[in-house]
Amino acid sequence: MTNHILEMRGITKTFPGVKALANVNLGVERGEVHAICGENGAGKSTLMKVLSGVYPHGTYDGAIVFEGEEVEFKDLTDSEAKGIVIIHQELALSPYLSIAENIFLNNEQKGAGGLIDWNKTNFEASKLLARVGLKENPTTKIREIGVGKQQLVEIAKALSKRVKLLILDEPTAALNDEDSDHLLDLILHLKGQGITSIIISHKLNEIKKVADTVTVIRDGKTIETIAKQDVTEDRIIKDMVGRDLEHRYPDHTPHLGEELLRVEDWTAHHPQDTSRVVVDNVNLHVRAGEIVGIAGLMGAGRTEFAMSLFGHSYGSRISGKVFLRGKEIKTRTVAEAIQNGIAYATEDRKTYGLNLIEDIKRNISMASLKKLEKYGLVHDNEEYAVANEYRKSMNIKAPNVLVKTGKLSGGNQQKVVLSKWIYSDPDVLILDEPTRGIDVGAKYEIYTIINRLAAAGKGIIVISSELPELLGICDRVYALSEGRITGELPVEEATPESMLKLMTMEKPR
Amino acid sequence: MSNPNPPTVEESHAAGSNINPVQNKFTDRLTHVLSDLGRNGIFIALVAVVVLFSFLTDGILLRPQNISNLVVQNGYILVLAIGMVMVIIAGHIDLSVGSVAAFVGACSGVFAVQWGLPWWLAVLLSLVIGALVGVWQGFWIAYVGIPAFIVTLAGMLIFRGLALVVLGNANIGSFPTEYRALGNGFLSNVFGEFELDPLTLGVGALAIVILVVQQVRTRRGRVKYSQDVEPLAWFITKLVLISAAIGFFAYALASYKGIPVTLIILGVLVLVYSIVMNRTVFGRHIYAIGGNRHAAELSGIKTRRVDFWLFVNMGFLAALAGLIFTARLNLAGPKAGDGFELEAISAAFIGGAAVQGGVGTIGGAIIGGLIIGVLNNGMSIMGIGIEWQQAVKGLVLLLAVAFDVYNKRRSGGH
Repeated sequence: MTNHILEMRGITKTFPGVKALANVNLGVERGEVHAICGENGAGKSTLMKVLSGVYPHGTYDGAIVFEGEEVEFKDLTDSEAKGIVIIHQELALSPYLSIAENIFLNNEQKGAGGLIDWNKTNFEASKLLARVGLKENPTTKIREIGVGKQQLVEIAKALSKRVKLLILDEPTAALNDEDSDHLLDLILHLKGQGITSIIISHKLNEIKKVADTVTVIRDGKTIETIAKQDVTEDRIIKDMVGRDLEHRYPDHTPHLGEELLRVEDWTAHHPQDTSRVVVDNVNLHVRAGEIVGIAGLMGAGRTEFAMSLFGHSYGSRISGKVFLRGKEIKTRTVAEAIQNGIAYATEDRKTYGLNLIEDIKRNISMASLKKLEKYGLVHDNEEYAVANEYRKSMNIKAPNVLVKTGKLSGGNQQKVVLSKWIYSDPDVLILDEPTRGIDVGAKYEIYTIINRLAAAGKGIIVISSELPELLGICDRVYALSEGRITGELPVEEATPESMLKLMTMEKPR
Repeated sequence: MSNPNPPTVEESHAAGSNINPVQNKFTDRLTHVLSDLGRNGIFIALVAVVVLFSFLTDGILLRPQNISNLVVQNGYILVLAIGMVMVIIAGHIDLSVGSVAAFVGACSGVFAVQWGLPWWLAVLLSLVIGALVGVWQGFWIAYVGIPAFIVTLAGMLIFRGLALVVLGNANIGSFPTEYRALGNGFLSNVFGEFELDPLTLGVGALAIVILVVQQVRTRRGRVKYSQDVEPLAWFITKLVLISAAIGFFAYALASYKGIPVTLIILGVLVLVYSIVMNRTVFGRHIYAIGGNRHAAELSGIKTRRVDFWLFVNMGFLAALAGLIFTARLNLAGPKAGDGFELEAISAAFIGGAAVQGGVGTIGGAIIGGLIIGVLNNGMSIMGIGIEWQQAVKGLVLLLAVAFDVYNKRRSGGH
């Protein structure tokens, strides 16, 4: 006997060049907590954006049936009017407004003459706060309360909209244990009041705690929907990673040389909340010709580790030692790190990697202009020649190097970023999500380039949220969880299952 | 995520390869000329404004004296525009330059008139003071991290106030002759008196020769490195047109009083700063920072240091502009430099600088400044009142930037 509050049938969503969702079916029963699991990039968030109208009706194929009627949402306001509220991982609160103001944002409590009735606003807000168990004055500013409490304000805001289906996207990713427990209890409590929830998460323990049903998504497809009594960690992990790994990665025979980079006891704290440890006593090393992977789930501190190492570009109170070929080096500024032979290609090309309004040539030379300097002037013909070399050797698809990088496809942009760093002639390259947002063919090319660099005796660190990718291209992998290295395996011994276990290993408390 | 699927180069390139080769060659050339014209739209705008006002003023605008005045009366704005466009390319703004110019002008009055220092020492000290003002503002912007808008808004008040303090509620006037030459001196009659000054004509001819040689060398260099070059016919056409413009300009100056000293200063500045912006590491770092500050930082560029020196440089140029203005009026007064910042900022933006930074050229800013100058002079000759001049200049600024924004949107940029 099923009583579905929501049914999504045959949802297919295509982005240029990528099929993000392929014929996804999802049925959510009234009054249950339904967990959606999947690796990063599996399509969970896309599915929720389709559901909430962020991707409006008409931009996807398939049907959404909510409370027995087919719905066609044009935007978020549409879906909210029906009682579907999504709470994103990045909270959508205005820090300088009060709790009550945030709760009733765009839904203001008006009194006589259309003016805002502040007494009513604050009174209603405090009733909602009581429902979510948050003991704060509704006039407190959002920035004065912690992330955990902010999450509760978001839920209170959802309740103010008479929510029937609450969607939480990785709600505990930024929370500590106490706040997480409180949040999960609240979800169960709301379930008692008849509110259905969808929770997106990859934390298996919390799924087991709250979920009645689990749906696993992989590569934009629903793999299976499992009822609570059948849920086991192994089954979910197998569903999440089980895929054909062959022929997606070029062959690679490592020729390992001396130890190039060694990092000892690397610790970094959050830039604002300086008491919070983000990178916790990391030790690792890379040999010449070796490709080393760092695996970790979202929020594990992968990027934070790399950026704190690369010129202290992230974090505060950074400590630890770095050695290059056994000699201690300093990396306090980016210039110093580059000078000492370290390069870091960021996970976010567009925000941190490229000058999109400049051409390929100037992007490639950006980190190494000193090399092109002659009598105090940049030798621009030489620069052109260098860039052209890279255009050919890296197979950057553009008619010439005067094309603005903003007009290139993701794969070609990434090749420009890699060219920039290869030209700076580093000993160690840290590649953060080198294939994010790149189609399959270009991925293969990027892997080939990585292999070539390793063969030339560079040390490579690849950070990736795609386990198969790491297992496909690396010689050795580290697992990172909550800022700590929780394990290290040669690739022959690593399996997706064993890695996921290490990646979800929690700090002993 | 403003534009989820911009056309990628492969696609557009692939589409272009279907056209048959003969047509392709012709359209190729035509596209080149058109895109060149589009890129140099500002140049065409200047020509259009000049032509328009020559008609409206019955040719008075192009009389030798008025051409000379164009440079002399707008020289200080052009000097400011050079520094301003650099600041804007890096993604900042400087509202204080008018006040700084007044302050430095006042200081120079104290040095040269009240203390009776030699003119060159007074000039040197004034320039140092301008650079120190830049050190002060650069410190707050680069190392404390206060937005340039705020720091220079404060600077606008601070240095206007200090100018009044230095002047002590009075004008300082009667500067030494050499000092005054900065603003209204001419280099002429060096070879005796002629109808047409031979030195001016000679310098004009030399400028044309240097231009042609330099352009040909650049072209050869690019060919040597097997880069694309523009079609030869278009290359020659452009050179001829520019040479003719320089020739006409030199002729006009030669038949009036010769080369203004202000023009010499400007010429040197344009040359030096163009090289700085295009060919030095410092200049390239400015563009990189303006284009994407994060990416620049993560490429090892010392963004704070670049920001700091940019404002030191702006202070120096503001001082120079203050000296030229003071010299021209032969008077350091409390109202000096009023509104200079707005004209300099307008010049940079009319000249194609982008509000978000990363885009702009020295040449563009100079032409932007000249457009404002032609508007000023043209409308003055026509007897249009200052109130309408202001309104028209505002409108031109708005339209110029609107055109720029439209152009970028069409080309799928940012």
